[in-house]
Amino acid sequence: MIIINKSTINPTNILASDITPREVFENRRDFIKSAGLGLIAGSAGMFSAKSHAANIVNGETKGAGLLIGRANAPVAEKTAVKSSSIYVPRQKITGYSKTAYGADEKLTKYENVTTYNNYYEFGTDKADPAIESTRFKPRPWAISIEGEVKKAKTISIEELMKLAPLEERIYRMRCVEGWSMVIPWIGLPLASLVKWAEPTGNAKYIEFTSANDTSTMPGAREAVLDWPYVEGLRMDEATNPLTLLAVGLYGEVLPNQNGAPVRLVTPWKYGFKGAKAIVKIRFVDKMPLTTWAKSGPTEYGFYANVNPNVDHPRWTQSSEKRIGAGLFAGRIKTQMFNGYSEQVGQMYASLDLKKHF
Amino acid sequence: MNKQQTVYVKAAIWLFALMPLARLIWLGVNEDLGANPVEFVERSTGTWTLVILLTTLSMTPIRLLTGQVWQIQLRRLLGLFMFFYACLHIATYVWLDYSFVWVDITKDIIKHPYVIVGFSAFLLTIPLAATSNSYLIKRLKSNWKKLHQIVYLIAILGVLHFWWLVKKDVTEPIYYAAVLALLLGVRLYFKQKSAHKMQLKPQSA
Repeated sequence: MIIINKSTINPTNILASDITPREVFENRRDFIKSAGLGLIAGSAGMFSAKSHAANIVNGETKGAGLLIGRANAPVAEKTAVKSSSIYVPRQKITGYSKTAYGADEKLTKYENVTTYNNYYEFGTDKADPAIESTRFKPRPWAISIEGEVKKAKTISIEELMKLAPLEERIYRMRCVEGWSMVIPWIGLPLASLVKWAEPTGNAKYIEFTSANDTSTMPGAREAVLDWPYVEGLRMDEATNPLTLLAVGLYGEVLPNQNGAPVRLVTPWKYGFKGAKAIVKIRFVDKMPLTTWAKSGPTEYGFYANVNPNVDHPRWTQSSEKRIGAGLFAGRIKTQMFNGYSEQVGQMYASLDLKKHF
Repeated sequence: MNKQQTVYVKAAIWLFALMPLARLIWLGVNEDLGANPVEFVERSTGTWTLVILLTTLSMTPIRLLTGQVWQIQLRRLLGLFMFFYACLHIATYVWLDYSFVWVDITKDIIKHPYVIVGFSAFLLTIPLAATSNSYLIKRLKSNWKKLHQIVYLIAILGVLHFWWLVKKDVTEPIYYAAVLALLLGVRLYFKQKSAHKMQLKPQSA
């Protein structure tokens, strides 16, 4: 793979300069730090046998040891303060390796990546997910593996994170709305989960179902979309080396508003293909009916490959705005498959991309 | 309302109508326009165009319902502020969003229904703004009134522009559509009432 061969570029050099320091971000908002951290440390030891196991360490108290789980605001505080001011601590992930993916890209600021989100389960405004997701609990978490597999089973988020070494991959993300970001994800190839799931010969597609907990996801109470959110990939797309199950970004545990605890990342497709907070992975023999395709069949297709030559009824797809570029930066040209043709183009060689948009 | 009061009200309109622009400039200078500043300015100027348009259109229904006539003097000022924000909106689109790349702008307008209706609405506001001075109002006489009835079409296109732009959650456009329907409904109601009176007149005479 060409991208891997860019070994002359050292990704660590690029990373350090572009990351917004935590203090800068945190000082902007009047966070109320919650003392009662709901830590679930018990399950940590169970699957620690593998040598490449990645650790999550508490970002606040360094040296506190191995902690698995997210902190939750204490109950008393939940009623006393606006949800926007509940402080969800950020936690570092250690033990992941850097890769050459996207090493030459300028990263989108952490602040923008985590406050400008399309995640309708938390509201339809881009600012909603960061504000409304503070009550969402991404730990403990288990994913149900079903359908055309040898044996249906579940996998906990901790087990999942040990299926393969965690990698940092810097990917471009192109939204169907005509904007884009560059995000340093941390995750593992979906292929490793597919292998673990042992699909049968009948498995032609994978269907991903997202969480739909109306008690912690206020947007899911509105019938804006047909909940739960469902996405899908063809088997070859799912096992393509580019396809990532992301569990973190910017060296930290995935924030709730970005799809915690685990989300799909397919950088050559429009962003809505990236199912968030996955609770179910079902192997099927027919093409799944995905949420956006159901909601607007003429606007959103199953494939949703980034394609500057196929326009959307609402948005220009031949160019895009890079988030964080500023008021006067103008647009940049959108690339076929978002610039990942070399990695994914061969999968669509015989497909009419105008018809199968 | 006497002359003095009219001056005060007009001054207040100037003040309020320039506040959204002042806010945008303030946020822009402080680099506080969010992750997608161009979209922010586009949305903001578009929203205020619609709000001021609906405010302008509410002057006549207020007259019809209250019997007072003073608000009619404010219509032109409000209408021109609507045109001002529409111009800012278009300038944002042409300059900040598309950097004057006319090929892309043309394609965007032709290909996307929400852009077509929005752009048409803007084009239609130009003759209205151009004929808003006292000289032409007098000169055009009854034709002026006919011409300025285009504002209803502009309002419908403007709300449609917002409606079609929204991806899924049409809650906000619905509010604007409801207000517009109400404002047009009041006019229609009074028009029918007066037409009814006219019909009755010969009989009662």
